[in-house]
Amino acid sequence: MSDTVVSERSGMTNIAVRKKTSAEAVRSSLKKRYAAEKRFKAYGVSALLFAFLMLLILFSTIIGNGYSAFVQTALRLDVTLDAATLDPEGTRKPETLGRADYGGLIKKTLRDMFPEVTSRQDKRKLYGLVSLLGATGNLRDLVLNDPSKVGQTVGVWVPASDDADMLIKGHISRDVPENARRVSNREIAWLDKLAAADRLETRFNTRFFTGGDSREPELAGIWGATVGSFLMLTVTLLLSFPLGVASAVYLEEFAPKNKWTQLVEVNINNLAAVPSIVFGLLGLAVLLNFFGMPRSAPLVGGIVLALMTLPTVIIAGRAALTSVPPSIREAALGVGASKVQTVFHHVLPLAMPGVMTGSIIGMARALGETAPLLMIGMVAFIVDIPRGFTDPATALPVQVFLWADSPERAFVEKTSAAIIVLLAFLVTMNALAVWLRQKFERRW
Amino acid sequence: MSFSVLLVTLLILTVIGFYMGRSRAMASVSGHPRNLHSLPGYYGYFVAIWCGVPALFIAGVWLVFEPQIVRGLLVTSLPEAMQNLAPERLALILNDIRNIASGGIASQEADPTMQAAAEYYNGLRQNGSIAMAAVVLALAVAGLTFGRSKISPELRARNNVEKFIMFLLVASSVIAILTTIGIVFSLLFESIRFFDKVSPAEFLFGLDWSPQTALRADQVGSTGLFGAVPLFAGTLLISFIAMCVAAPVGLLAAIYMAEYAPYKVRVAVKPMLEILAGIPTVVYGFFAALTVAPFFKDIGASAGFAISSESALAAGVVMGIMIIPFVSSISDDVITAVPQSMREGSLGLGATKSETIRRVIFPAALPGIVGGLLLAVSRAIGETMIVVMAAGLAANMTLNPLEAVTTVTVQIVTLLVGDQEFDSAKTLAAFALGLLLFCVTLVLNIVALTVVNKYREQYE
Amino acid sequence: MTIETTTHTAVSHGAVTEPSSATVKFLARDVNVFYADKQALFGVNLDVLRHQVTALIGPSGCGKSTFIRCLNRMNDIIPICRVTGTILLDENDIYDSNIDVVYLRARVGMVFQKPNPFPKSIFENIAYGPRIHGIAMQKTDLEEIVVTSLEKAGLFAEVKDRLYEPGTSLSGGQQQRLCIARAIAVEPEVILMDEPCSALDPIATAKIEELIDELRANYTIVIVTHNMQQAARVSQRTAFFHLGYLVECNATEQIFTNPEDKRTQDYITGRFG
Repeated sequence: MSDTVVSERSGMTNIAVRKKTSAEAVRSSLKKRYAAEKRFKAYGVSALLFAFLMLLILFSTIIGNGYSAFVQTALRLDVTLDAATLDPEGTRKPETLGRADYGGLIKKTLRDMFPEVTSRQDKRKLYGLVSLLGATGNLRDLVLNDPSKVGQTVGVWVPASDDADMLIKGHISRDVPENARRVSNREIAWLDKLAAADRLETRFNTRFFTGGDSREPELAGIWGATVGSFLMLTVTLLLSFPLGVASAVYLEEFAPKNKWTQLVEVNINNLAAVPSIVFGLLGLAVLLNFFGMPRSAPLVGGIVLALMTLPTVIIAGRAALTSVPPSIREAALGVGASKVQTVFHHVLPLAMPGVMTGSIIGMARALGETAPLLMIGMVAFIVDIPRGFTDPATALPVQVFLWADSPERAFVEKTSAAIIVLLAFLVTMNALAVWLRQKFERRW
Repeated sequence: MSFSVLLVTLLILTVIGFYMGRSRAMASVSGHPRNLHSLPGYYGYFVAIWCGVPALFIAGVWLVFEPQIVRGLLVTSLPEAMQNLAPERLALILNDIRNIASGGIASQEADPTMQAAAEYYNGLRQNGSIAMAAVVLALAVAGLTFGRSKISPELRARNNVEKFIMFLLVASSVIAILTTIGIVFSLLFESIRFFDKVSPAEFLFGLDWSPQTALRADQVGSTGLFGAVPLFAGTLLISFIAMCVAAPVGLLAAIYMAEYAPYKVRVAVKPMLEILAGIPTVVYGFFAALTVAPFFKDIGASAGFAISSESALAAGVVMGIMIIPFVSSISDDVITAVPQSMREGSLGLGATKSETIRRVIFPAALPGIVGGLLLAVSRAIGETMIVVMAAGLAANMTLNPLEAVTTVTVQIVTLLVGDQEFDSAKTLAAFALGLLLFCVTLVLNIVALTVVNKYREQYE
Repeated sequence: MTIETTTHTAVSHGAVTEPSSATVKFLARDVNVFYADKQALFGVNLDVLRHQVTALIGPSGCGKSTFIRCLNRMNDIIPICRVTGTILLDENDIYDSNIDVVYLRARVGMVFQKPNPFPKSIFENIAYGPRIHGIAMQKTDLEEIVVTSLEKAGLFAEVKDRLYEPGTSLSGGQQQRLCIARAIAVEPEVILMDEPCSALDPIATAKIEELIDELRANYTIVIVTHNMQQAARVSQRTAFFHLGYLVECNATEQIFTNPEDKRTQDYITGRFG
């Protein structure tokens, strides 16, 4: 043993000399390298911060612009329901009452409230404080519900026009010089006077949640689009869920592994990455022009979205099926179940939470999809609430698109509010998917 | 009888079929199910399938072809003069007739011919639905009787039912293939019609895009120009800008998440990226048009140069933000797939973490990352709503990101939204663009998916 | 904690003279390792002698790999892992806060259980270490280092014509020798080997063992092995771990012919393990 020690000793000294150089090189490089390390880490953090900042800006813009759409400015007018104007023959027939000139009454009321307004131009501005269409509707409903009111003077709350509404909510600033402002000083003065007389109020905007689309921002609502989206998603779910699950089951459990199934797989993966607008073109060419289905119908939109979501559902379904351990299949086959029974009694139920999570995420994506719907005519301006799968309808994201295109300032508010509603739906669906995953997730 | 009532009736018949089949099977063995080949329920399903499926199939076929047949009959019933009108005029008239028939408002005063046609149309529809109900229900009853008559203890009901289930499964998985075929053929078919009017060379290499064909022959500028090069240039420019944002940010975020972030940060940040990924594109489009584009315009104004309010920059940057989570999630997968032994080998030599990442992990993950980036590019090229809302309509040939450009998807939307006659070069051009878009993204996807899969296999 | 106050509970150095600081490369005292709440090593006291091969043996899960990974702080990369106690390398505590991990790992190289060449060329694999540490920057210097390292690892003759082919194209045994060459290129003082032959066939194993014996002249080597014959063949000293405790550490001959502890006896005679 002592021999080796001696030889090691002599070897060691000459290594020690050489080693010094490389050890020193390492030592001297350290400072620079740690600086590089810090820099690199900082890049990563700043990338995340950038993404986070963008998300923050996006949400604050949308919420900042949109939250005020959930309330609306209303004016109280004391309208004299002049029998001579409304019902000159005194029959109180609904037809007559329904067709009467309520707009005139409202204008007259406004003129009486501000007797100092005389010029034509000013009068028009004065009428512009009120949403004439909305006020007329309110008044007509009031009279039709209770014809005995004719001849009396009633106090009604009518929606303010979009410009007045924007001013009251502060979206139109009073500090801007008059010539650069949509609302003149006079109009502001009138509004202030109304406010001082307790005739101005901001109240919850029911119309936004219950109404259909309108050219007047203060009357526009998202209920029509919501119903359209709901009808469409129903079709999508009814088609893509069973078809997707069946395909996943076939491909994962039954299909022989050959060229054909490989082709199907490649095809499904590619279909998942095809731009959504191409599905719209498919819908236009095949469903509308070839099969002659109605334009703007939730049925067609639902079919197009179903074809688009199908790959997502299939991929999620297959992943869920693969995660069921083979021992379950072997156990079932071992007691004499047929292959079909094994899959439908044991494997599929165990994979169901995963399949459903995937489907919900697919549905959420379908809910937010816009481009293919533009292709099949769902961009039309539709006031009525759709009542069936073939009625003309629009969808929430398309409504967002339509309103975003409108020039009025008040539509920016409505668009943002519609986006908030849309995002609320999406968050709910995704939360549901996460909940499902966590509740039923099994680790084998 | 409305269609939904018919469906419900059919459903009830099917359920009845199930119970009849089951009880008949039980009766055939005088209540001893052991003597049956299959469980009694399978005999029920057997009859139910015979009852419901053929009837439902015929109903579907009927629904698909009824409109065409009714339309044909309606057209032949119209006066000679109307029948010989140009197709788009005829379509308008038919539309009016339908509107009158459903009690709506027609575009012109209803004359007696139209009124008569509307009544005829209503009659056809009514007869049609009655006939359909009769045929379908008769078929259902026939199927039920047939299925029931087949039942005997020897009938291999389970095998039959399972065969049918297998048929359904195969048929469902064919839908995905059919979709692809449908896309290819519909795009190809319309594109061929387009290339009859405009030569493919002009379309692919032409430098001018102004698809405004005149509606009437006597208008000026009746022939549109269909050179798609400016659209490709615009698409590529915006996609390039998007990738300039998404690739570094997404990649660095993924690296940080996979290699540095403590567990708590990962748990907090993952949902944030998922939210970013789940925001509908129309929302990004609105954000681009409302916030980002004016922001860039103001910056330009204060710096003293003009930035268009529909600049490629704004659309590209917002598209990039949209793609960040996509890039980062694929890169994250790819980076975590690099085996831990690589990290240990490098760290064991005294490399710092960033050296390990830059010199070992990144090169090892490169094929996968490239594949992921290609998928991201394909997404950017196919993205529609952001560019529709934030990019321009004018086809400028420019590489200046501060100017407005237009893209393939924007043009598809503008060409097809609004009322268009279906045969004009303008509408057909949209399909040619769609075909091009489909082909490009398909190639990108196939290449990318192959690369990513190869990469995965390498480390499995 | 100092050497004097340490009580050598489980360790007995037997007939070998108490190692002096001149011959001790690593000196571990009362090392405990925890993975989250689970303790994997209990109060290990062990000396690794300069220019000797120290083999760590024991049944799987006994903590031998955990211990070797403490010596160049590879356990740092496992977030839940916590190490207490003292490990001195040339009388400096490597867990001291002012010790630089990068520098430590440059001095204490490591070869892993499975050969893990980087997906780069053979040349780049070996040049990687010198490059990142700034030991050599010029191509000619790098070439010299690559060639010497390959020669030392006994691989040069086999790969000299394909230095620019990927390292993964080599056979398993060659890959492992490449990894050894890669470690040598940084000119460490110690090479840690964590079951370097477990993934190799007998012929490749024999080559590696031969190599280890040659490397002993210039490096201090610690090797983890589950193969007792291997420990007997290559090492001068052997430490036997069991259930997280260091049972016995002694000259290899002693351990295999005349172990002091009953458990060691049982293990080397094959009663368990």
